[in-house]
Amino acid sequence: MITDALVIGAGTAGLTAGIRLARGGLRVTVVASGEGCLPLASGTIDVLGFAPEAVQSPRGALPGFLDANPEHPYRISGLAGLEQSLAWFVKTTEPLGYHGELSRNQWVPTVLGGLRPTALVPRSMAAADLGAGGEVLIAGIRGFRDFHPALLAANLGRAAAAPAPAIRTRAVELEWPGSAGDMPPFRLARRLEDPEIRRRLAAQLHSQLGDATAVGLPAVLGRERAAEVHADLEQRLGRPVFEIPGLPPSLPGLRLFDCMRRALLDAGGRLLMGSTAISATHHRDTVDSVTITQASRPVKVSTGFVVLATGGFATGGIVRQPDGQLQEPVFGLPVHGLAPGQEPFGDVYLAEHPLDRVGLSTDAEGRPLGVAGGPHAVNLYAAGAVLAGALPWREKSGEGVSLATGWHAAEAILSGRREDAA
Amino acid sequence: MPREVDGMSLLMETEGMGVRPSLDGCIKCTICESACPYAAVTERFPGPKTVGPQEERFRHGPLSADWSVDYCSGCGICSRVCPQDVRIAEINSRARAQLKEQRGIPLRDQLLARPDVMGRLGRPIRPLFNWAMGTPLVRFPVERVIGIHRKAAVPTVAPRTFQQWARRHPRRPAQDRVVYFHGCSTNYFEPRLGRMVVAVLEHQGLAVEIPQQGCCGLPLQSNGNFPAARTYATRLARQLRSAPSEVPVIASSTSCALMLKREAREILGVEDPALVDVSQRTYDIFEYLRDLHEQGRLKTDFVPVELTVAYHAPCQQQNQLIGKPALDVLALVPGLKLVELDRDCCGVGGTYGIKREKYEISMAVGAGLFSDIKHTAPDLVLCDSETCRWHIAKATGFPVIHPLELLHRAYGGH
Repeated sequence: MITDALVIGAGTAGLTAGIRLARGGLRVTVVASGEGCLPLASGTIDVLGFAPEAVQSPRGALPGFLDANPEHPYRISGLAGLEQSLAWFVKTTEPLGYHGELSRNQWVPTVLGGLRPTALVPRSMAAADLGAGGEVLIAGIRGFRDFHPALLAANLGRAAAAPAPAIRTRAVELEWPGSAGDMPPFRLARRLEDPEIRRRLAAQLHSQLGDATAVGLPAVLGRERAAEVHADLEQRLGRPVFEIPGLPPSLPGLRLFDCMRRALLDAGGRLLMGSTAISATHHRDTVDSVTITQASRPVKVSTGFVVLATGGFATGGIVRQPDGQLQEPVFGLPVHGLAPGQEPFGDVYLAEHPLDRVGLSTDAEGRPLGVAGGPHAVNLYAAGAVLAGALPWREKSGEGVSLATGWHAAEAILSGRREDAA
Repeated sequence: MPREVDGMSLLMETEGMGVRPSLDGCIKCTICESACPYAAVTERFPGPKTVGPQEERFRHGPLSADWSVDYCSGCGICSRVCPQDVRIAEINSRARAQLKEQRGIPLRDQLLARPDVMGRLGRPIRPLFNWAMGTPLVRFPVERVIGIHRKAAVPTVAPRTFQQWARRHPRRPAQDRVVYFHGCSTNYFEPRLGRMVVAVLEHQGLAVEIPQQGCCGLPLQSNGNFPAARTYATRLARQLRSAPSEVPVIASSTSCALMLKREAREILGVEDPALVDVSQRTYDIFEYLRDLHEQGRLKTDFVPVELTVAYHAPCQQQNQLIGKPALDVLALVPGLKLVELDRDCCGVGGTYGIKREKYEISMAVGAGLFSDIKHTAPDLVLCDSETCRWHIAKATGFPVIHPLELLHRAYGGH
């Protein structure tokens, strides 16, 4: 197989790099051993939520944050690159209607009724920002095991920290119109694309609205026709409706995956789902092919550029060998962030582990460093959670890092080609 | 300097893990469930994770928790999207066979599982068979008695088999040889496609060998008859091995190609050396043509084809993990407007959607694809898999052909 650019990984970072490169005129192949983080993601774009105290303005906090964390992946794109990547993202995912300002985090409810900061939300969560308080009705569906409106509403009522105005909440549980069988979110989403089901749900809700200025529902408001489902419910209820993402599978994440995958294909890119990149060949200081698995025999993909976006330890971008050595498995790149002899795991399960911060170190352009200390290859870039130096779940920076570094990897490749052409 | 990683040994490690132990890698992330086109439309199928890694814990010997795994079509999307390399579809295929072993395989499924027998029996009474299958008055009792849905697409039997044609077709001597694995469908139902494959391959200057060959056993496997499927797959591999070991085996039936490449080994556990050998050198026809093109050896003396065509990559083609080589090759044809249909499954799942109790599920799964096709309104729809072609044609009314037929036309063929 021959391609101009091979992107390994189909999460936010890989798809971002792939779409940009394909739009830039390269033949792009995105290869992924499975669907990445997106079907599990909330669908919001976190940039910086805690540093370590709560961040109101990511733009305001980022310079100080980078000074304190000089190895953070945001240094690769810089603040300007981050802003460009977010603008690019909003445009690329236009059908989902993402909005938000880098100067102001939005505080959206979690499925347990906490509030968490995020920079961009899709249209289906436009009314979810409760940072300024409000009077909301939380509506669940009886039998849907992953969403408990009474618990959510009670916690949310306590969540607003002074001096923020209070959030007044009420909870209601709706009867699902139709079969009371098992209700996985993807099936609820599909059923809600039927206007008759929506009409009957909205009729139940109407009598319960009271003074509520907005209605929060589990994030199951359609998949393919999500925009129509959301708009129709708002119109029927006469007030804003917002989704509250919960346990996976996550419809807002799946919609984002659908949208970005479609953008890749529309730009002429290829997506090879289910193949694993296993090794690479090099010519001097350049990667010239990557070997990937197929159904019966591995095949070499000859490529001009590679973007490595395989994720962190949890998704196999970093592996731990039986002897305890950490390694990046495709190129054998050294992994940084753990001192020699340091135990990778701490004692408390739900706490920070030293392993959480490990990843690849890169040069200023985002090229991962090899065993000799310099860039491993001139045409190899790394993006997303495979990079060292971030702690996304604590910082609330995951999507921002993936977007900024994926976007930047494509930028570096495209501008290099422009220079070569000039 | 860059370090070489021994890719082959890594691969062997993954393969050595085996189908059932792979469920240990399941982190219950539900990515497979949200990607499953069947779980999305029917409560009868609770989802690949539920009937697979989850229920597998309750399967001891012949005991199975319930029937729901029979509502898996075997499309394999779950295994493809799983980020932890759990062999979900393969686990479910084995569980289905276990269930059938325990409870027996209905006569209908025994029949549908043997396209070669259907073809052989149907041909002597061809006019009657084709008339009967096209006549609603006959299809009603067929549905009631046998359980084949009255509206399901059924192919028509051709007057002459492809093998009959091949025996008289003069062999062209050439240095480079290929073996053509045509499959049952080409032999009995679409011999035209086989003739075009031979013409396109010979146009590249290749000598095409067409050994006597039987069924690959895939329909038997998907209907739960593993012992018979193993016999079929092994026999076929030996037949295709008539040529020396370096000669590629080219397949135009994409699901049968996958059977040879992986499923017979992985799902059925066949370890016959003939099959292991053949699986390593089996190519999907467009995979092979794309390789030729990348080596600068593909003839590009195309005539313009001024058509808009919509391409659907079937599941079993995608499961070969070769991308969409038909799109790569057809992009070379001048005048052709190619639309890529971004849908996973048409719903037929080989013989799944033909069955009375599953037809409606099958149509619901395919609804998105059918509506995309109607919206695109192409001159032709292209699809590499025969059962999908028949199903899509019947459901949409659009003509659906193998992409190779279009390539044949682009080479000036009729």
